[in-house]
Amino acid sequence: MSSSKVIHAFYNDDEVVLEAVKKVKAANHHIEEVFCPFPVHGLDKAMGLAPTRIAIASFMFGITGLGVAIWLTYYTMIADWPQDIGGKPSFSWAENMPAFVPIMFELTVFFAAHLMVITFYMRSRIWPFKKAENPDPRTTDDHFLMEIEVHDNQEELTSLLNETGAVEINVVDKH
Amino acid sequence: MSHYEAPIREPLILGHKSYHDITEDIARPIEGKANKNWYIAFYIALAAMLWGFGCIFYTVGTGIGVWGLSKNIGWAWDITNFVWWVGIGHAGTLISAVLLLFRQKWRMAINRSAEAMTIFAVFQAGLFPIIHMGRPWNAYWVLPIPNQFGSLWVNFNSPLLWDVFAISTYLSVSLVFWWTGLLPDFAMIRDRAVKPFQKKIYSLLSFGWSGRAKDWQRFEEVSLVLAGLATPLVLSVHTIVSMDFATSINPGWHSTIFPPYFVAGAIFSGFAMVQTLLGIMRKVTNLEAYITRLHVEYMNIVIILTGGIVAVAYATEFFIAWYTGSQYEDYTYLSIGSATGPYAWAFWSLIIFNIITPQLLWIKKFRRSFIISFLISIAINIGMWFERFDIIAIVLSKGHLPSTWWRFEPTFVDVGIFIGTIGFFFVLFLLYARTFPVIAQAEVKTILKSSGESYKKLRDDNHE
Repeated sequence: MSSSKVIHAFYNDDEVVLEAVKKVKAANHHIEEVFCPFPVHGLDKAMGLAPTRIAIASFMFGITGLGVAIWLTYYTMIADWPQDIGGKPSFSWAENMPAFVPIMFELTVFFAAHLMVITFYMRSRIWPFKKAENPDPRTTDDHFLMEIEVHDNQEELTSLLNETGAVEINVVDKH
Repeated sequence: MSHYEAPIREPLILGHKSYHDITEDIARPIEGKANKNWYIAFYIALAAMLWGFGCIFYTVGTGIGVWGLSKNIGWAWDITNFVWWVGIGHAGTLISAVLLLFRQKWRMAINRSAEAMTIFAVFQAGLFPIIHMGRPWNAYWVLPIPNQFGSLWVNFNSPLLWDVFAISTYLSVSLVFWWTGLLPDFAMIRDRAVKPFQKKIYSLLSFGWSGRAKDWQRFEEVSLVLAGLATPLVLSVHTIVSMDFATSINPGWHSTIFPPYFVAGAIFSGFAMVQTLLGIMRKVTNLEAYITRLHVEYMNIVIILTGGIVAVAYATEFFIAWYTGSQYEDYTYLSIGSATGPYAWAFWSLIIFNIITPQLLWIKKFRRSFIISFLISIAINIGMWFERFDIIAIVLSKGHLPSTWWRFEPTFVDVGIFIGTIGFFFVLFLLYARTFPVIAQAEVKTILKSSGESYKKLRDDNHE
């Protein structure tokens, strides 16, 4: 028996789908995916998804941006072509630093924000010309879709999902 | 009870709505046809925009001499408009970022349009410094790139260069913040689209958003971190704009109060512009159930607060200018000299539009009235323009030497470019209102059960 068959269970309420996920997990079934029209709080924990580390990544990107700003101001203003501008100390980066604080701040934010968003797009595989992968158009409107792989247990799963309040259950071949 | 909200809080979504109703309501303006009023507004805005572009071409082709500037007043209308537009942008980020950190649910109905306003306003702002360069094709010289001038670098000691970094970071970060929030809503339009062309366009715009649980987890974290980054960013932008003035040694500009006072003024004017735009938009797009009296009142409260900060700053400036006893200070923009001098009309416009008119909002009835809020918001928009004009033109009109005194008169080109940017702004906003989901529907759906009128009523009835 190949495992290319999946069950698509539809729900039309966020509280019901959250309870359903908990019940399905309690019955020791693996939930392949849940597609939602809007974020449901606690769903990721109920599904057993690991917390995202994207905020940590953003912090690292911010540190990188700060480093770039320090290097850029040092190289251009102190090392490569020091000039006397309004008597500001062009011979020492540390003494000229107060004038560079805005640049250091802006580049920190620039790197942290943009690289984090790019990381998010790459990790979640979303970019221009990407084809959407939600199996049913209703999942961006008002329906929640739980996808579970079938392993010779179609009847058992169907009855379990019916109990949890699914409004529609389809068995489909996944390509 | 995961959706509980205190019964004393007024509902944010009126009427009996389901999740699907929200989808329908927000998709309707996009899927329907524009009415006559939309076309009339669009053509007026387009005409203004084209007139402005004509004036810009004339300026670039002939030179900055076509403006009313002189060697004493090197900045006037253009930089006034620049600061005005940047300031207007601030409310969008404040609503989407600061109010997100404070978990204010009412921001969800207005954040999308406020952010759109931010981005379109910063576009207009960015035009002015670039055309003021006189040779806009050399605008890339403000970037620190290796060049053919013997590795001559940009000057990182200069507030004008800080501005370049602040504005470009602000514009680009606001843009990705806005677009990331738009992805699920574009996906909603995409999945409803019937016409193949429409489907194609919204597939492209939605970046193939599918709404997996993991995507939503990351989406919420990214929104939170972006809000955390955008909050100090938005405060830094107008701080740095104010440093263009505050780090100079002109009496009237050389003032340590400028950064906080400019930021408060920016939020003040920005909320006024949001009020102006949404006052029209809620009617035109039939979104009265989502943008309610309560939203208008909350925005008016922010306007009173920031307007109060601005008023205190004016009083401080006025007092300190007088208290120094320096005769040069009597020609600054907030002084007895300017209140009675040739620019008295600009001085009193500032006081009336910016300080006196907003005080009407202390009255609850006015605060909750759509039409009065709309009129007051227009007064504030005018008042905040005068603030920047007064700071720039009045201060520069009287230098240290009486022989250099000069009175600034705008030419038709100055006025034309300003009108052009207003037209350009409304062209962008009107196109946005027809093609983009103007309310963050995915977010509004998350608060439907806690703040929707019929759900609240149901809960209250059960408790009694």
